[in-house]
Amino acid sequence: MFWLAIHFPSLPLEIFSRGSAEPEPIAVVEKQGNRSRVQACNEAASACGLRIGMPASAAQALAANLIVRMRDIEAELESLAGLAAWAGQFTPAVSLQPPDGLLMEIGSCLRLHRGLNNLKRKISSGLNEMGYTFTHACAPTPYAAWLMAVAGKEVAIRETAQLEKVLGDLPVRLLDQSQDILASLEMVGAHSLGDCLRLPRAGMAKRFGQSLLDELDRALGRLPEARIWFVPPPSFERRLEFPSQVHEAEALLFASRRLLMELEGYLNLLQAGVQEFELVCCHEHAADTVLKVGFAEPADALEHMLLLLRETLARTRLLAPVYAIVLRASRLQAMELSNLDLFHDSAATGDGNLLLERLRIRLGNEAVFSIAPASDHRPELAWRQCETTKETSSPSKLQRPLWLLPKPMPCRKDSLALKSGPERIESGWWDGKDVERDYYVAQGRNGSRLWVFRERSSGAWFVHGLFA
Amino acid sequence: MNTSLDLVLQHPGIWRGDRLAQMGGDTLPTGFAELDEQLPGGGWPRGALTEILLEREGIGELRLLLPALARVSTTSEWQAWVSPPHVPYAPALSVAGVNLKQLLVVQPRSSADAWWTAEQALRSGACRAVLAWLDMPDEKRMRRLQLGAESGRAWGVLFRSASAAQQRSTAALRLRLDATANGLAVHILKRRGGYVGKPVMVNLHQTKGIRRACSAAPSLSVVQSLREASHR
Repeated sequence: MFWLAIHFPSLPLEIFSRGSAEPEPIAVVEKQGNRSRVQACNEAASACGLRIGMPASAAQALAANLIVRMRDIEAELESLAGLAAWAGQFTPAVSLQPPDGLLMEIGSCLRLHRGLNNLKRKISSGLNEMGYTFTHACAPTPYAAWLMAVAGKEVAIRETAQLEKVLGDLPVRLLDQSQDILASLEMVGAHSLGDCLRLPRAGMAKRFGQSLLDELDRALGRLPEARIWFVPPPSFERRLEFPSQVHEAEALLFASRRLLMELEGYLNLLQAGVQEFELVCCHEHAADTVLKVGFAEPADALEHMLLLLRETLARTRLLAPVYAIVLRASRLQAMELSNLDLFHDSAATGDGNLLLERLRIRLGNEAVFSIAPASDHRPELAWRQCETTKETSSPSKLQRPLWLLPKPMPCRKDSLALKSGPERIESGWWDGKDVERDYYVAQGRNGSRLWVFRERSSGAWFVHGLFA
Repeated sequence: MNTSLDLVLQHPGIWRGDRLAQMGGDTLPTGFAELDEQLPGGGWPRGALTEILLEREGIGELRLLLPALARVSTTSEWQAWVSPPHVPYAPALSVAGVNLKQLLVVQPRSSADAWWTAEQALRSGACRAVLAWLDMPDEKRMRRLQLGAESGRAWGVLFRSASAAQQRSTAALRLRLDATANGLAVHILKRRGGYVGKPVMVNLHQTKGIRRACSAAPSLSVVQSLREASHR
């Protein structure tokens, strides 16, 4: 087993700040006793003089345009689950390390990603693009990897035997023990994990409890650690709040891209695609705007989804500024995995679907269609408009024009020279659209060939089509 | 004396103005041998616009394209018809060998949207053939279509009224069609590789000939009235 631990030290802050490209001063405060204190702040805020632990009122006095948010632990956990689903595209074995970490077993998938460095590069660029800062470390045991990641020691240890030496330098405060135990460890002079490991085991168990010993053993691989794997949810829903309200489509797209990246990872994990997704724009004083983006075939690629969202946004008028967006994809469809083509001679139908989607977004669904023959003797009912033609019925070999006029047009018999016919069509008495007609092919003046009929009840002549 | 001249003329770098230029062979045979002969590369040009100018519709302009369209159907590539003036009649197209599964009909509401659609279809690379009936052409729009056709390697066909023959055009091929007794007279107004004097006679009813209309001249052409009705 080979583990990659990822620690998100600024998660409480980033869930609020990553919706925007511009760094505005923002601080997350937490209630401690009856006072709110700054728990985290970004660089723009520290530049104004904000410090961690400062009372919220003092922080607001320092920076007039400071955005203050209450810490939202539930949203942090949701983000962490979103990150776990995204990370599922790299390895199916992802485990949460609440409140701010992920553990991934990567030993079994290194070959797929062509080595650790490649995998790390993919993960870091993805996390950076999604707006998260992180530290990471690799080790043969999950807990050792986690401790090193939290300590900011970005190394990759392959051998269990080396763990003791590397972990020895880490401070004891990283351990998951009560404040009392950590304090008494400091008092006996055990400042690092190495100091702890040098203490006699029996005495340590007696003084500090078995759990401390177990924790160290788990880190060193002497005790097995059972981890619960992350199970992806059946549908995707993620919310992103903006630091300040958003008026422009560009800003919406920036945030949507971050959410769509998560969706892409999630879809890759499930080997599924979405036929449609929804972007809900939440307004403060108005009903939410719901943008629906549909695909001709299930889609799972970020750029594809983003392109169509961009087109949809360009056609939408937002009535009010947006303070949060929710990305929702509920109907997932299994993707048909295609084999790579050796000769690259398959036609570009992917482009065709993209064209279809773009046309539908701009022109509306009803403006883009296929046509198909239908089995009816009445010419106007012998074709139909459909979304995509699936079946092909074999039409009769009768002579038919290429243009059909939507409505037959009255004409004068003396302007026509009949060439062939008649072909009598009598049908439809059962549904009220009955026809009793004799059809002829006629030559009009100027050489056009027409498809005309005489209505048998009235004797009137009509043009119904052009042999274009 | 002549032998040395012949030797020079055989040089592949020399092209004589009275011969048809051998264009890059990416063309689509028209299905009419007499027309193929006169077209550079022996067919409809791919990656370029073809303009078809007509006085009246319904004289066989679609039948002229049908063999090529049916040929497109044998590949998995699509064809798009952008804002056709009437209903493309599925039973007839199907009989002619056009695969309706690969035929996309787009009926945009506005003229600007129609131009946009034609450009997108040409540019996408998914459509082998794009037939468009567009109004209000200008040089910029035509240029965009031409560039779209080039980048998407598509055969773009624009149907325009014969009065547009005097206007400048970026299309690689311009044809004016006139009805004749048994088919079409195709005037090649512009092609790459030289001017053609005589119109090409294309017989559209190769199976059975049609006698010339001998009725008395009517007071008003039916198609004229159709045209007016459609403009109303």
